[in-house]
Amino acid sequence: MLLKNLKPVSSSHNGKETIDIRLDGDVIKEIGSGLNATKNEETHDFGGAYVSPGWMDMHVHLRDPGFEHKETIKTGCDAAAFGGFTAVACMPNTKPATHTRDVVEYIIKKAQKLPVDVHPIACVTKDRAGKSIAEMADMKEGGAVAFSDDGDPVYDSQVMRVALEYSSMLGMPIINHEEDLALSRPGHMNEGKVATRLGLDGTPGIAEEVMIARDIMLAEYTGGHIHVAHISTKNAVDLVRQAKKKGINVTTEVCAHHFDLTDEEIERTNFNTNFKMHPPLRTQEDVDAMVEGLIDGTIDAICTDHAPHAIEEKEVEFIYAPNGIIGLETAWSISNERLFQTKKLDLQQLVEKLCTKPREILNLEVPEIKEGVKANLTFFNMDEEWTFTPKNVRSKSKNSPYLNQKMKGRAVGIFNKGQLVLNELR
Amino acid sequence: MSKVPEGYQFNQKHLLGLTDYSKEDILFVLDQAKYFREILDRTVPKVPTLRDKTIVNLFYENSTRTRLSFELAQKRMGADVVNFSTGSSSTKKGESLKDTIRNISSMKIDMVVVRHESPGVPHFLTQCVDAAILNAGDGAHEHPTQALLDMFTMQTLHPDLTGKKVAIIGDISHSRVVRSNIIGLKKLGAEVVLCGPKTLMPVYVEDMGVEVSYDLNETLAWCDIAMALRIQLERQEGATELFPSLREYHERFGIKYHHLEKYPDFKIMHPGPINRGVEMESEVADSDRAVILDQVTNGVAVRMAILYLLSGGTRV
Repeated sequence: MLLKNLKPVSSSHNGKETIDIRLDGDVIKEIGSGLNATKNEETHDFGGAYVSPGWMDMHVHLRDPGFEHKETIKTGCDAAAFGGFTAVACMPNTKPATHTRDVVEYIIKKAQKLPVDVHPIACVTKDRAGKSIAEMADMKEGGAVAFSDDGDPVYDSQVMRVALEYSSMLGMPIINHEEDLALSRPGHMNEGKVATRLGLDGTPGIAEEVMIARDIMLAEYTGGHIHVAHISTKNAVDLVRQAKKKGINVTTEVCAHHFDLTDEEIERTNFNTNFKMHPPLRTQEDVDAMVEGLIDGTIDAICTDHAPHAIEEKEVEFIYAPNGIIGLETAWSISNERLFQTKKLDLQQLVEKLCTKPREILNLEVPEIKEGVKANLTFFNMDEEWTFTPKNVRSKSKNSPYLNQKMKGRAVGIFNKGQLVLNELR
Repeated sequence: MSKVPEGYQFNQKHLLGLTDYSKEDILFVLDQAKYFREILDRTVPKVPTLRDKTIVNLFYENSTRTRLSFELAQKRMGADVVNFSTGSSSTKKGESLKDTIRNISSMKIDMVVVRHESPGVPHFLTQCVDAAILNAGDGAHEHPTQALLDMFTMQTLHPDLTGKKVAIIGDISHSRVVRSNIIGLKKLGAEVVLCGPKTLMPVYVEDMGVEVSYDLNETLAWCDIAMALRIQLERQEGATELFPSLREYHERFGIKYHHLEKYPDFKIMHPGPINRGVEMESEVADSDRAVILDQVTNGVAVRMAILYLLSGGTRV
């Protein structure tokens, strides 16, 4: 197969040159310019789109097993491919929870033939109950890449200490959903000026920060690797920045919506539940701090916390609506508009946040664009304007705050596991 | 300006909150309510203005006076009224609010009066059905008819509220009454001070254009009107208590008879129901400084006015 007219972006390519890539099965056979198709060779001309090593979203909810009415591994991977992701790491708040090796293996098996790599994140604790640690070593053998009780924090400090010690023996990170429940409940949006006006109970930033501070101290003490999930406040970024300076083994990620939207949206849209998620949308000051954290490297990775919910689950009273929004399909456009078009990050830095860092954090091999390696590629542009209509949603659920919004920049396809996926707008 | 300007036209379809109402809208509703207030003093306190209208009162939260007040207002105007409250409803069977309202709407309803524990439910209903929606209280968000009747009552004391000093005392965090009052009073040019324990004060509330005091004496010395709010203990259930005891609350923030003697100018309001001995002493509630029962009477008139206007009435 011949892929023509692509501008490569990676740690060793700056997107200035144009190349052609010849694939043989799932391997990059030849890279050059002006390559000619051989007889009967399948050829695709990308017309000057960019290509980078395949992106990875290290924080998604595929809802499978247990909540297949929201998403399945198949539909979640369709959404990932549409968003330009060749890999996802999926959270274990399934039913049954991904707390034993058989569930880990079920997920891997179900994703085997799909063009997207699915890496299960397994539970920290049995039944995700927060009481005692799950069989981490066995689940690692089965293919788990990290441990998390996401959706809930590991609340008990002693359990977290044990988890960090045990997982550090395995060289695996603990990803904590940072939330002090006593401080955050029963919040429905960010505690602040808007929540006060709307009369909604708020989740204060401090609920996130207190837990991060604890986890940083426990990581320092145990030598474990704490990965702070979906960071969302300015003070939280400061905490991680200071910890990194001290050499503590802490990494973090930010969801695309947290460097784009603020809590004002809930007022502007008259309580649209597609703006309700955890952590909640914060203030402009926090949004700006996310961008700063991405620039100076405090924030390692861009993720989505893709969290599908069925229409009937979201179309309810605001305080009854579940937290979470889908994000895989829109992450690139938001990153492009908020980070690249504004000249906050260049393309190579963006690819680092979308491709390299998530895999480094999870100890996965980082794909490259060079001859002789397995082809794992994302094709994308920065200028195409398109609309995220319901028809363009590939996820089984449609709970996106960006529905029917004009987007700029699109992932036009991926190549992985020998499969080319070209994203057509509907 | 304290009068409705010439040529003003009322163009609102719903009453979701006072946020969406202009100063002129508010003054106009209050002005129209005067006519209905007079009707209430007649031997036959009835007008046939809504006799071709069907109204559903949708109460997902307990309410006695607001529901009675709406129902009386509707009946005094000849509307057909149906009441729906949880306990007798299909919500127990797991039907969603959207399905419930669309089913009710299919029975040809003109107006919906709704109370719900979740902020935003009135807005949500406007997306589900075509009927006019009246907010009778959505969580701690808004309670616009209460604020309108409060302002109507204040106008009977001070016809022009510009520069008048209103203190709102008590559980600010959990109060929808206070939010609607702040919005309305600020639009009419009044000054508002909130007084209560810091733990019952929402964060950044000053951003709504009010000042905060933790000193009841200072507040009562300053104000023309003191509105005490009910301590909503039920809203704190299952959570960390936000103040130590009702005793300490009353000692520090309860209005007592000696305050009436010490500060002879202010009048007393309360949206009810009163916890006697908590927000105020009984002697205070029953004194001639209190206009609490006037508020209740005025409530019917104000609700008649807003029902009339939202049913398509132009001007009485």
